[in-house]
Amino acid sequence: MALVRLEGVGKTYPNGHVAAKGLDLEIHDGEFMVLVGPSGCGKSTALRMIAGLETPTVGRILIGDKDVTALPPQERDIAMVFQTYALYPHMTVRQNLAFGLRMRGAPQDVIDRRVDEAARALALEPVMARKPAQLSGGQRQRVALGRAIVREPKVFLFDEPLSNLDAKLRVETRAELARLHRRLAATVVYVTHDQEEAMTLGSRVAVMRDGFLQQVAPPMELYRRPANLFVAGFVGSPGMNFLPGEVMPAATRKAGATLGIRPHDVAIVPRGAGDLDAWVDVVEPRGSELLVYLRLGTSGDGAELRVVAPPEPAIEAEQVVAVRFDQGRLHWFEGESGKRVG
Amino acid sequence: MRKWWPTLVLALLVIGSAFPLYWAVLASFTPEARLFQAPSLLPRELVLEHYRALFTERNFWIPIRNSLIVAGTTTAFCVTIGALCAYALARLQFRGKVVLLGFILAVGMFPQISVVSPLYLLLRSLHLINTYPGLVLPYLTFAMPLTVWLMVGFFRQLPAELEEAAMVDGASRFRAFREVIIPLALPGIATTAILTFVYSWNEFLFALSFTLGPDRQTVPVAIALFRGMYQVPWGQILAATVVATAPVTLLVLAFQRRIVQGLTAGAVKG
Repeated sequence: MALVRLEGVGKTYPNGHVAAKGLDLEIHDGEFMVLVGPSGCGKSTALRMIAGLETPTVGRILIGDKDVTALPPQERDIAMVFQTYALYPHMTVRQNLAFGLRMRGAPQDVIDRRVDEAARALALEPVMARKPAQLSGGQRQRVALGRAIVREPKVFLFDEPLSNLDAKLRVETRAELARLHRRLAATVVYVTHDQEEAMTLGSRVAVMRDGFLQQVAPPMELYRRPANLFVAGFVGSPGMNFLPGEVMPAATRKAGATLGIRPHDVAIVPRGAGDLDAWVDVVEPRGSELLVYLRLGTSGDGAELRVVAPPEPAIEAEQVVAVRFDQGRLHWFEGESGKRVG
Repeated sequence: MRKWWPTLVLALLVIGSAFPLYWAVLASFTPEARLFQAPSLLPRELVLEHYRALFTERNFWIPIRNSLIVAGTTTAFCVTIGALCAYALARLQFRGKVVLLGFILAVGMFPQISVVSPLYLLLRSLHLINTYPGLVLPYLTFAMPLTVWLMVGFFRQLPAELEEAAMVDGASRFRAFREVIIPLALPGIATTAILTFVYSWNEFLFALSFTLGPDRQTVPVAIALFRGMYQVPWGQILAATVVATAPVTLLVLAFQRRIVQGLTAGAVKG
């Protein structure tokens, strides 16, 4: 196990495309670090640079205390789980699991022992003689995971490992990954585009956009104190509401700033009892709660505001109500840069 | 209702392409005299005299041996060197790759006749006329570009993640190539090998120009030189044709599944 450190790492492709810029990131020993962001934000490139599959154009990468910037992947002692699993189609499950140890010249008895352990832990024992084409999606995913585990590497790298699973299996495997991380106490770098996956798995989450790091923080801090407009909108579901600052009374407003408020931090109250009037546009029942789409003002053409309300009392559409903001949970972002100002 | 005309077109095509073959096989078993007096489309009187003459009077074993050695060596070189070359072109990033690929293609495009004289002079000064290397080396000039181009295509179809996984797993690039890429590209490599073998086996112009006597002549050259000043031994020529076609046909039949797989690899997933 080891820490991973990126120092001013950047990658510019020969065609001029900047995939990552000025990445400074320290991943502690045993930490589960999630890199998250929309597609094309540079998170996969960052992971591939840690793996050694891409070479940074500037900066240094350290694993443990060793500068690995110029080392090829096979000399970095890392294991990686690919989005497509990248199982070797011509080898059986057993051979797939043993491949990494065999490449590193481990003695046969060690290989057998570790492969059997991993097979037991991942419930792969009945399919050890099969080839990847004869496995289900979930089994393939577990083989890919097992191939990483048997190696007992310094660092585990995951590149969107759950995105090819169906929704139910994804949630199950997510919990399994969390248990696995706790059991192995391994350093993990995990890439995903799904903010929910990032929040549930990460000890810390690094949000990226356009090749830049936006914020690195534990999940709850990311949620409560997003560093800028982008992080605020990316994290949390349903997404944060952004309103022009002018909707608030002049005393509380910050000049030229945008107001952010999460749908959970707004209460719908009878008319006259709240901060602002609003017109109810659509009400979506979600079982445990209602998602209400409101329009500020009484005429139905104001700015949109999404509110999560308790299922009782029921709220009728096309009526005027009032909303009250949780004053302690207001986020203010500077107009130009989108930076958090309060 | 099924249309009748595609069946007719197919039938005509099959008959058109199979008839010469049928006739060659039939004629090779028909006595010479009968071939010119009363040829029949149905087998009447079958004899083995042409085949016997081929191997007793003409020593047809020697051109077969020569062809096997030359085509086999050419194929072996092409596949081993070509595979490494094609892998580099398919996967590694380096300057001038496109130019290099174009150049390799261009080398294979020269009309053979235009390079016969320079090659002859070159081989003579190297004392390689009438030797096996003297045929294998020129064959590589047209077979290698073919091999490389075909295999670049096959390698490109394999997902790059498999090698990346292998390298992360601790394999060097060469080991990843050997243990992961080669086994997966095997159908493609087999296809390439067969095509290369067939081209080298059938090659005529170089074989005629760079050999001097029967001890190094290949099958096509030997057959062409069967005709004497006063007579054309059609029966023997056709028997030799059958013998020359047989190994290639057997090879293709044996690997038929692989070839089809190779030619369509990656067309459908799974």
